Amino acid sequence: MGDVLVYIDPSINGRLLAFARPLADAAGGALVALVAGSERSGAEALGAADVVLEVTHPALSPYVPEAHQAVLAAAIAERAPDLVLVENTTHGYDVAAAAAAAAGLPFIGYCVDASLAGGEVEAVSGVYGGQLHATSRTRLPAVLAVNSTALHAEPSPTGAGERVQLAPPPALDSLRTRYVEAVEPPDEGVDLSSADMIVCVGRGIGGAENVELAADLASALGAELAASRPVVDSGWLPRARQVGKSGAHVTPKLYLALGVSGAPEHVEGMQGAELVVAVNSDPGAAIFNVAHYGAVADLFDVADELTALLEEG
Amino acid sequence: MHIAVAVRLMPKAGDEIEVQPDGKDIDRELVEMVISEFDDQALEEAVLIKEATGATVTAVGLRAEGVEPALQVAYARGADRLVVADAGELDPYDSRTASLAFAAAFRALAPDLVLVGVQTPTDLFGQTAPHLAADLGWPQASVVVGVTAEDGSARVVQEYAGGRLAVLELPLPAVVGVQSASSPPRYVSMGRLRQAMTEANPEPLAVSVEVPAATPALVSLARPESRAGATMLEGDAEEIAAQIVGVLRERGALVS
Repeated sequence: MGDVLVYIDPSINGRLLAFARPLADAAGGALVALVAGSERSGAEALGAADVVLEVTHPALSPYVPEAHQAVLAAAIAERAPDLVLVENTTHGYDVAAAAAAAAGLPFIGYCVDASLAGGEVEAVSGVYGGQLHATSRTRLPAVLAVNSTALHAEPSPTGAGERVQLAPPPALDSLRTRYVEAVEPPDEGVDLSSADMIVCVGRGIGGAENVELAADLASALGAELAASRPVVDSGWLPRARQVGKSGAHVTPKLYLALGVSGAPEHVEGMQGAELVVAVNSDPGAAIFNVAHYGAVADLFDVADELTALLEEG
Repeated sequence: MHIAVAVRLMPKAGDEIEVQPDGKDIDRELVEMVISEFDDQALEEAVLIKEATGATVTAVGLRAEGVEPALQVAYARGADRLVVADAGELDPYDSRTASLAFAAAFRALAPDLVLVGVQTPTDLFGQTAPHLAADLGWPQASVVVGVTAEDGSARVVQEYAGGRLAVLELPLPAVVGVQSASSPPRYVSMGRLRQAMTEANPEPLAVSVEVPAATPALVSLARPESRAGATMLEGDAEEIAAQIVGVLRERGALVS
């Protein structure tokens, strides 16, 4: 009782364990890391857990959603934790709400903070693309999905790290979903992750015909041109230029965001930038929460003026 | 093949989001509710599959203000049939109960494939694709950026951190949480839209759901506190541009 069970996405770091530690302490239980794969994991981050619950089966990697859903459901049934934490990665989207629904447990998504008191969990979540925070409360046991942008601290290896094998659930031997192959994204010769300066355009750019204006500014600055997901999904810039959860994770000296709303999925890819300057016509845009300098203004006017100033030298 | 698409509503991009004084909802007078961004992508993918295979596409929404115009847009974009599932009044933040209403509608409509947007701006108590997987007992994949379907199975391209991709094959019936369509959602002319408004009549479908006992409660909505404490630059565009250049020089980001 009182355990906090953390599903570990093997493709990412173990920061969710650092987020979970104070919750496990508050619950008076163990911090249990659930690790599912075709081989036993040696990940160092697991030293932060009191118990490492390992499920090893050939069907668990490469990743298939159905297999990991079955493992999380089996782990919840086996350990009866007070709280289950999953990070909002692709794995998280697949398994967290499904496991909660299957077990009849309450679920709160997009968490950026959580605390326990009186047999309940209170969570703060990003909604409306990060423009608002929703505080919600539910009784335990419960499942929370945590936004990657809320995970700052690295886990410290202070756990007991006791390794416990969990029998693979029978469902793993009769999966309906089949892994076919990995796909290599096309190499378009763009490397945003090593760029020193980035000009990023968001939905506010309005259309493909306006991208040139941002490209001119990027050129005047000597910066790479990047985009948020809606711009790429609209076909205005190629996917290789996308920054965010599913695109590049960037750490430039300067990140100039033009018409970018600042949804958590975008912030995840650029919060490591040294200097963030944001221009947006919406004073409520969430990007201003992560920017160092902001301006509520028409991005076209500001971009034109900036390009002119930079070209004057 | 019969494809069903979930149509959920969100405030139109750029509309003002203001919290009501009681902190329980946004001021809905200030926003126009339109088809949610990722459901729009799911709809486009369904229509692309229809064009490739001759599948029929049913767009399904839950009864709420604005759902009929959103479904008519879906019709204009290529949906064949429109359904408004009526589960009574639902809390706009209780995505768990909404998913149960969709599950009931899909049981009645018996599609081979359900495509839904991977998330909405308010699916606070869980995303619909994994909910449907649990409620209907179907295989599921979320964060999908391309779907093809024929002969009783669907092939999906799932995206992972850093843009890595893999192809999975799911037997039908299956549910897919779509992040982006294989090509951008198509433009619909005003003429086509007006035609859809007169031609397309959503069919009502009564569904019965109970709010699960284990449903969280929304306590309050509020604007987040700024973490970085952005310094706001004031003035006209020229003055703002000059201040930005000043900041860049000061930080050594500009050599000249």
